Amino acid sequence: MSGHEYTPKSKVGKWFNDRLPLLTLANHLTDYPTPKNLNYWWTFGGILTFCLITQIVTGLVLAMHYIAHADMAFQSVEHIMRDVNYGWLIRYIHANGASMFFLAVYIHIFRSLFYGSYKSPREIIWIIGIIIYLLMMAAAFLGYVLPWGQMSFWGATVITNLFSAIPLVGEGIVTWLWGGYSVDNPTLTRFFTLHYLIPFLILGLVVLHIWALHVPGNNNPIGIDIKKPSKDTVPFHPYIVIKDGFALLMFMIVFAFFVFYTPNILGHADNYIEANPLITPAHIVPEWYLLPFYAILRSVPDKLLGVIAMLSAILILAALPWLDTSKIRSAVFRPLYKQFYWILVADVLILGYVGAMPAEGLYLLIARIATAYYFLHFLVVLPVLGFKERTTPVPLSITEPILGGSPNLATVKKKDSFKDQ
Amino acid sequence: MKNFFRISFLIALFFGFQFNSNAAEKIEYLKTDWSFKGPFGKFDRAALQRGYQVYQEVCSSCHSMKYLSYRNLVEEGGPEFSVEQAKAIAASFEVKDGPNADGEMFMRPGRLSDKFVKPYENEKAAQAANGGAYPPDMTVLVKARGGGVDYIYSLLQGYEDPPAGVTLDDGVYYNKFMYGNRIKMSNQLSDGLVEYSDGTNASVEQMAKDVTTFLMWTAEPHLETRHKMGFKAIVYLIILTVLVYFSMKRIWSRIETKV
Repeated sequence: MSGHEYTPKSKVGKWFNDRLPLLTLANHLTDYPTPKNLNYWWTFGGILTFCLITQIVTGLVLAMHYIAHADMAFQSVEHIMRDVNYGWLIRYIHANGASMFFLAVYIHIFRSLFYGSYKSPREIIWIIGIIIYLLMMAAAFLGYVLPWGQMSFWGATVITNLFSAIPLVGEGIVTWLWGGYSVDNPTLTRFFTLHYLIPFLILGLVVLHIWALHVPGNNNPIGIDIKKPSKDTVPFHPYIVIKDGFALLMFMIVFAFFVFYTPNILGHADNYIEANPLITPAHIVPEWYLLPFYAILRSVPDKLLGVIAMLSAILILAALPWLDTSKIRSAVFRPLYKQFYWILVADVLILGYVGAMPAEGLYLLIARIATAYYFLHFLVVLPVLGFKERTTPVPLSITEPILGGSPNLATVKKKDSFKDQ
Repeated sequence: MKNFFRISFLIALFFGFQFNSNAAEKIEYLKTDWSFKGPFGKFDRAALQRGYQVYQEVCSSCHSMKYLSYRNLVEEGGPEFSVEQAKAIAASFEVKDGPNADGEMFMRPGRLSDKFVKPYENEKAAQAANGGAYPPDMTVLVKARGGGVDYIYSLLQGYEDPPAGVTLDDGVYYNKFMYGNRIKMSNQLSDGLVEYSDGTNASVEQMAKDVTTFLMWTAEPHLETRHKMGFKAIVYLIILTVLVYFSMKRIWSRIETKV
């Protein structure tokens, strides 16, 4: 990767490494020069890796006991909860793990937005990240269908029906997805298969995501290019390993709290009612992490346009490196962008809130305004801001308080830990 | 750090909204002290046994309990009946078994390994006997209702005469905690309906509380294990976090940057 010379000390090691340079890779990962000023928002990459592995491991165990059949799925989940040794623990970790995964990924994405980590030369890392995020949503949706409760069934019906908005072929596609004329057993078995497949696709993309990261190296809170290795960097091991480990443990405490004390709070009560095609629940709501997009979908009166708006809301992120015209990465030096950033955060939270509410009256109005603003932020605010904004001076390095232009010690001191927010 | 708090606040706000929205229609449920709430919550063994009695004598004539087996009554963390008691309970039910060597189905007394016997052969039979309404299976009922235990506890005590202007069809009853206030189950509990073997006064309130406690257990049979393990896990994590924190400080003290 970075191409620096490394030779294993032992003869066997050298023999092996000449044939398959795993030790070189290990050495690269240990020595990987990392900016020393990374704050705790940077620890979520490691946390996300943990989440993915947790989901895969618990998912494997669950799959050993789960039965993907419309008549037996719900019952088999109860079997896991009751009769499988520690089955309740595995299932609650897996179910809450999905929420924790999304919590972490949202922090990870918004960190990237704040510090401009998506900008050149990191566009590929960012785009791979967006694909991972899309796959995560697919995996989460498919997984939510598997317990075959009321929300599983009706959520699956609503989401798959979105494809019917496609002109001409829409209805055909929906029938093809279902494997029949309604959500039924064939739908469940294929959803199970795909739910099992996607995490491994994500795993592969995560490897690419990290590989692409290791080419330019990490961005950092002040967003400047740094020399690697230099006074501005520390080796990944032990500095970043221990720091990521500490953050991961904090995260695990929150995770454990959900699993052991409020395992069902993030789910919907209706999903403990077995799926019944004849009874529609009063409100069909997706899981919390999909709510902002659900709000965007419902805020457009036309079905096809609604689906397009929802998809664009995600895909627009892939174009972000080119929509943001500012040369400065970190929001720390962009006083105006910083304001707009927090408005966007609030906007997304509002969308999430109205997504959980019935689409009528004031809620619908708020959803429409928030949707419009969401697109406005990416399509108008960001491109214009890059030209209009007067940024504050950026330091030349992390260690030395030299600013490009006017040395301002007070500003530099703040940079260290994202404190000026 | 200020930023961290700001974001935490936003996230808390967001989740706060979510929880609010889950209980879409704000009804004040009746309150009582549940022994199983909180991180150290445990079931009240006697309440579980009394609750089983209420279920058996009142609810079970219409409501099934299909994910529960008689052996569960003995297991740790549940009502903890003695094996003899549970065997006697199981044996008091007739279970359809077979086919035998002659290819015939036959009835035999229940065993610990049997699932709870259902009141009706199938869903249609249940509906036919109950004016078209299907009495839901009770095993995970408290988890399947937004208000959880408070909702069930309140519903059982929520029967009232309909307010002026509200007319009810035959076989429909007024309950102030039911969604839409109309319910097809008539008021089931009345003072002294069951005779508790432990001498507890069988008031409506007492029976509602006992049977709801029992239903919480049937929905979450491993609740006590979960609470105990959660405490150990979190204490372990906190200690480890503190140790790792100091190791981190030590390691980062080699360079000038603060962590």
